[in-house]
Amino acid sequence: MTAKVIQLFNPDATRQLARPLFSSAVQAGFPSPADDYLERELDLNEYCIEHPAATYYVRVSGDSMEKAGIYHGDILVVDRSLEARDGSIVVAVLDGELTVKRLSRRNGALYLVPENDAYPVFEIQPEREFLIWGVVTGVVRKFAV
Amino acid sequence: MPDAVFALVDCNNFYASCERVFNPALEGRPIVILSNNDGCVIARSNEAKAAGIAMGEPFHMAKEKIRQRRIAVFSSNYTLYGSMSRRVMDTLETFTPEVEIYSIDEAFLNLAGFEYRGLDSYAREIRAIVRQWTGIPVSIGIARTKTLAKIANRLAKKSERAGGVLDLTERRYLDMALARTEIGDVWGIGSRWAAWLHSQGIRTALDLKHASPRHIRKHMSVIGERIHHELNGISCLPLELVQPARQGITVSRSFGQYLTELDAVKEALLHFVMRAGEKLRRQRLMARHLTVFLWTNRFSSVHPYYSNTAAATLPYATDYTPELIAHAVPLLERIYRPGYHYKKCGVMLMDLQRLDLFDTRDPHKQRRLMKALDAINDDYGARTVLFAGMGTNPAWTTKAEQRSPRYTSNWQELPKVK
Repeated sequence: MTAKVIQLFNPDATRQLARPLFSSAVQAGFPSPADDYLERELDLNEYCIEHPAATYYVRVSGDSMEKAGIYHGDILVVDRSLEARDGSIVVAVLDGELTVKRLSRRNGALYLVPENDAYPVFEIQPEREFLIWGVVTGVVRKFAV
Repeated sequence: MPDAVFALVDCNNFYASCERVFNPALEGRPIVILSNNDGCVIARSNEAKAAGIAMGEPFHMAKEKIRQRRIAVFSSNYTLYGSMSRRVMDTLETFTPEVEIYSIDEAFLNLAGFEYRGLDSYAREIRAIVRQWTGIPVSIGIARTKTLAKIANRLAKKSERAGGVLDLTERRYLDMALARTEIGDVWGIGSRWAAWLHSQGIRTALDLKHASPRHIRKHMSVIGERIHHELNGISCLPLELVQPARQGITVSRSFGQYLTELDAVKEALLHFVMRAGEKLRRQRLMARHLTVFLWTNRFSSVHPYYSNTAAATLPYATDYTPELIAHAVPLLERIYRPGYHYKKCGVMLMDLQRLDLFDTRDPHKQRRLMKALDAINDDYGARTVLFAGMGTNPAWTTKAEQRSPRYTSNWQELPKVK
């Protein structure tokens, strides 16, 4: 009986982790005890940003999200790699403009909800020009001193 | 040896696309980007191309068309483009550790070993993720050599049906694609060779593929022979030989081993700056914008990840390597951090200006003069000494009247959300 040799794959030990990692962060949010960066000085970048390539800062204009603790002049940390969920605070494109609102899904319909009673809730009509630009993961505010 | 798989990822209308990410009202609108002194068109969106605006067209000649078609006009924002380029490359690096940055908006990915995932579907995933993370649309061509990947990429971009991705690793589609590719559109075939090949009855890439290697070698030297090999699936083309300047010159390599010390990274960077300077001079160009970038290994499970860029607009366009080095080193020092294991660094030269063929100015003398003037202005206050009637020297004036904000690199210029 002849044995058929099937091509053998030799693992390439000179490469690190050649797996595609395409949706979540390469490193988890928490440092493991083995990581040497526990000994480094604290860095706000590491705290705020999980996906550097996909993270942007935007400046808030107006008070439509005050009840969520987002005020005029704040900087928002926006991560485009995250999937927006019901309740996420998102930056969205509405009629060509960037807006920050809470995303809400009710009875199969999608809404952009302000966090200020003075502003109306927008229902996203299917024909309307709408896009999620990114998910807000943090807010940065400096006080005048 | 397993078959090579190269994927060329190329951003669509890169500069225009960068402008659209932070200004979504521009989506679908025709856009042109002007050179640093607002003199001529250096980039266009597809809609502007369709409106008949030519690459390199002087702005004053395009004004009427721009007004009629309501074309959005921007002065070049190299800082933004460099920043977005790094983000695109960072994103590509999550798909394979072997990303070879070829220019500001193109990279070759080594996808050997990823066939089990389906190359076409993997590439579509790459395209979707890049679009999601950076807002930049890309086209992807996949083939067994870089020259073939370029051909695939071009077709992926042009063909509606392809939807931005074309996999030519399969033999039967490859020859069809080569038959549809004009010889002048093959990477490395300039107009002179294209004319000669036409005279030999070689009109398409397929014709060249089937041509006699000896005949090609005799008339097109070893470079032509390499192109011939590449079209036949034998990968042998070093990138340096075929990089056109287009909008920028990029030199970037992975280090043979991780580097941790600043001096070691600096040494590597200096090599890249020297190569970039050589390319500049070979193409009779000078650069006025310089970006340095630095990366650790994205895939390491042991070492933390860090990547960064720093950019500078030079006081005047230059092709003089010592000057490029003098600007590049402080940029590196600004982004280098101790304690990281660096895998790759690079330099990008943008805002390229043509050196006049009949220019009789002595560039070295001019530089010394500039330095003396700078010193006087430093000591006695800016603008103490000015040039009267500089005329058409673009290096001295920057209008940049319609430059978009530096959305990703200036706290005062962040995108606004309501």
